[in-house]
Amino acid sequence: MLRTAVVVLWKDLRIELRTRDAVSAALVFSILVLVIFNFALDVNRPEMRRLAAGFFWVAFAFAGTLSLNRSFALEKESGAGRALSLAPVDPAGIFLGKALANAIFLAVTQLVVLPLFVIFFDVSVTRLWALAVSFALGSIAFAATGTLFSAIAANTRMRELLLPVLFLPVSVPALIAAVETTSFALGNTESASFWFTLLVVYDVVFVTASLLVFEYVAEE
Amino acid sequence: MARRSGMILDAALLIAMAAAFGMIFFYAPIESEMGIVQKIFYVHVPLAWNAFLGFGIVFFSSFRYLATRDPKWDMRALSAAEVGVLFTTLVLITGPIWAKPVWGIWWTWDARLTLTLVLWLIYVGYLMLRRYIESPERRAVLAAVVGVTGFIDVPLVYFAIRWWRTQHPQPVIAGGEGSGLDPRMATTLWICVAAFTLLFVALYRRRLAIEAMRARAEALRDDAEAARMEGARS
Repeated sequence: MLRTAVVVLWKDLRIELRTRDAVSAALVFSILVLVIFNFALDVNRPEMRRLAAGFFWVAFAFAGTLSLNRSFALEKESGAGRALSLAPVDPAGIFLGKALANAIFLAVTQLVVLPLFVIFFDVSVTRLWALAVSFALGSIAFAATGTLFSAIAANTRMRELLLPVLFLPVSVPALIAAVETTSFALGNTESASFWFTLLVVYDVVFVTASLLVFEYVAEE
Repeated sequence: MARRSGMILDAALLIAMAAAFGMIFFYAPIESEMGIVQKIFYVHVPLAWNAFLGFGIVFFSSFRYLATRDPKWDMRALSAAEVGVLFTTLVLITGPIWAKPVWGIWWTWDARLTLTLVLWLIYVGYLMLRRYIESPERRAVLAAVVGVTGFIDVPLVYFAIRWWRTQHPQPVIAGGEGSGLDPRMATTLWICVAAFTLLFVALYRRRLAIEAMRARAEALRDDAEAARMEGARS
């Protein structure tokens, strides 16, 4: 399973390194969301700083769906998905590889947007370790749920619409926990141990569940 | 046999509904503070409980479908999801009608309200997904995966929203609905729960029957098509 995962991950990373489609799309989109927030809400008022973590994750939730949509659309278009499902490998390995690739794309997007975000919203990161953990756990949560639903939505006529419709409501707990932990990292709240725990629980539950059900999604 | 039990069920439903609404309007006392609008609670609460029952059936049936691949479990999941979404929609409509005069606002992001809304979104997504997959087997399998993962998410959503709410200021302070219920109110509520559970079962059975007929019609059409092809060849 792990070997399959590494092969799939390496394949997706190589495609991304050559095209830079997923990360650049997510990047431009998150910057756009931040700019639009600025016009819609006049974010430079001091009280807005407390809400900064929320703006950040909203931008990611939507930018994430963009790059997640591509994840399986790519396989469908070239017929590679059929080849993958015919290959005598563990479907869980395919899921793990794709999910890891998506988690990396999300994390890279976050790291690039972070400095812009700090500049635009005038926030300061007071707990760097908390921010790193929040980003890592949040990316895993979005990647696990998003990869599963992206694989499901890729089977439909309305892929672009169905991915967010399925993915966003289910990831509500992860989204709340991600916002709260980031908020803690920015020094807006005093403790966030519950939210870190919830994110870990969400990650464990959804990674496990996705690994178990992915064989049904992958069959043709 | 099925027809006979269906008729008995319909008769029981009719009687129970008549009794429930009779009790709501003529037996249950008018609540001292909220007034007449409180009576919506007798419809709202049973609808909510049955909606959750429906989503539980979706989870169980989806799980069974993945294990057995028997189309009947898929039909059950679909029927329960549709009735569940219908009931949740009614819950989300009756809630604000009650909340506006009592709390002074239509909506608040309180734990139960938010959970209901998120559940509604998850199962509307489930039903939308089904519409856009052509192959019946693929549709059943993928929907079952969503039916299972969506339900696993419910406790996580619940804890997240609960904790998130307690950290933020509560816009309204209302006593628990169960606190100090007049015995006549409690009796009315239980009769209403029984009536709406019967309504759920009746709708669910009808939806299931439609689905079975649709499957049969499809099979007949396929047979006729095959026979026609056979005739054209000879």
